[in-house]
Amino acid sequence: MRLNCPHCGPRDRREFYYYGAAAYLDRPSPDAPAQAWDDYLHNRDNPAGMTQDLWYHEQGCTAWLKVTRNTVTHEIIAVDAVATPKASGGMA
Amino acid sequence: MRYSGLKVITEGLFGNKGWKPAWRTPDPKPEYDAIIIGGGGHGLSTAYYLAKNHGFTNIAVLEKGYLGSGNIGRNTTIVRANYFLPGNSEFYSHSLKLWEGLEADLNYNVMHSQRGLINLFHSDGQRDAFARRGNSMINQGDDAILLDREGVREHLPYLDFEQTRFPIYGGLLHPRGGTARHDAVAWGYARAADRRGVDLIQNCEVTGIDVENGVVRGVQTTRGSIRAKKVAIVVAGRSSQVAAMAGMRLPIESHVLQAFVTEGLKPVINHVVSFGMGHFYISQSDKGGLVFGGDIDFYASYASRGNLPMVEHVMEAGMTLMPMIGRARVLRSWGGIMDMTPDGSPIIDRTDISGLFIDCGWNYGGFKAVPASGWCMAHLMATGESHPVAEKFKLNRFATGHILDEEGTGSQHNLH
Repeated sequence: MRLNCPHCGPRDRREFYYYGAAAYLDRPSPDAPAQAWDDYLHNRDNPAGMTQDLWYHEQGCTAWLKVTRNTVTHEIIAVDAVATPKASGGMA
Repeated sequence: MRYSGLKVITEGLFGNKGWKPAWRTPDPKPEYDAIIIGGGGHGLSTAYYLAKNHGFTNIAVLEKGYLGSGNIGRNTTIVRANYFLPGNSEFYSHSLKLWEGLEADLNYNVMHSQRGLINLFHSDGQRDAFARRGNSMINQGDDAILLDREGVREHLPYLDFEQTRFPIYGGLLHPRGGTARHDAVAWGYARAADRRGVDLIQNCEVTGIDVENGVVRGVQTTRGSIRAKKVAIVVAGRSSQVAAMAGMRLPIESHVLQAFVTEGLKPVINHVVSFGMGHFYISQSDKGGLVFGGDIDFYASYASRGNLPMVEHVMEAGMTLMPMIGRARVLRSWGGIMDMTPDGSPIIDRTDISGLFIDCGWNYGGFKAVPASGWCMAHLMATGESHPVAEKFKLNRFATGHILDEEGTGSQHNLH
């Protein structure tokens, strides 16, 4: 398995740390009900097929990446940076 | 037909013409008292104990492929009761006791072999942790012996004791641990359940779960709709898909775990040996193949196959621990789909839907749990109450904070 890092190009799977479903990006507000936090932290769609998950390019550019891939075939469809540089500097 | 030594001899004398199929192939009935979705180890044992312990006579097991075609037919076959946490400890202890009487109970040779399991440790801190674990096992009524380096050498002289990265300080010996013939466990439970009238229906995929006003009414399948008063979801790596048919979203992420078998060799490894620092465990099957594996690949997957980095890692760990296996040729490898929970412990519980039960989240340790999982699931379905040794395996424990983190690494999906 190779991920095509938007910053570094195609890299071996070993350079990346898998974090989990991209739903981790949809963080509930601090005052959201406990059920929302339980869903966010623990419950998963866990699809057999297309999924999006978060990978960290630990041994490369250290960017967080959102990977679109197929869990049945291991095909990688797209690798996008979670954050994009702003014109004024910094990340958005 | 009851199997016995005499039966084997008489059949041998008369051309083996008297053997019958081990179970029937019935068509599904329109209605059952209980339906178990999933004809793997846990589903078959659930059906068996529902019939045997609770007197159910009208049960079906629905299997989308053939019996034992999932993880029960492909795993590293380790049976042990070396858990530490209250909640896990009594459950696996109960399971090991059931294993010890299983062959007589099922009238089937599952080749349960209590050859002893040795978990190696490689630092002073790890020795303390293993001593504590061993004491916990003894308090639970099971057995554990703390071996020093020379004690390990007596059992496992072939290890590389001089390795510099992870020198072997000793090991925790669990003499009652061992292995069993994995698919024979499925066949043994299937045959024993069939003999008690359980309908084992193969090539019957569940496509929907019928729920009315919060009560389960039955299932839709590729062989028609079947009504049922009680339905159990016991489908391991596919738990999320089947639970979604009832509108549920589970605390489960499915991952791939690889394992490997070498060509048959003469007896060389007598025990089950685990090397925690390299994440490697190994035993030798009765056919002679070295059966070994490591950690999950660590990304969500339903591919039933893994990637090469973990293959390389497992081979490296094996060579680090026991260089003698370097000339053995790997015959095959496979990847099983593991139903991983955030804390690494299973779920045996009712759901918010009346009459619908779920048994899942076995992570990479479901094989040894097969007898007790079925025993406790059957108890739950029959009585409506959790069995005492499985009462902590709650579906909502992540919401309530009653997690069972045996590894002590945290309660999060990418940590187990």
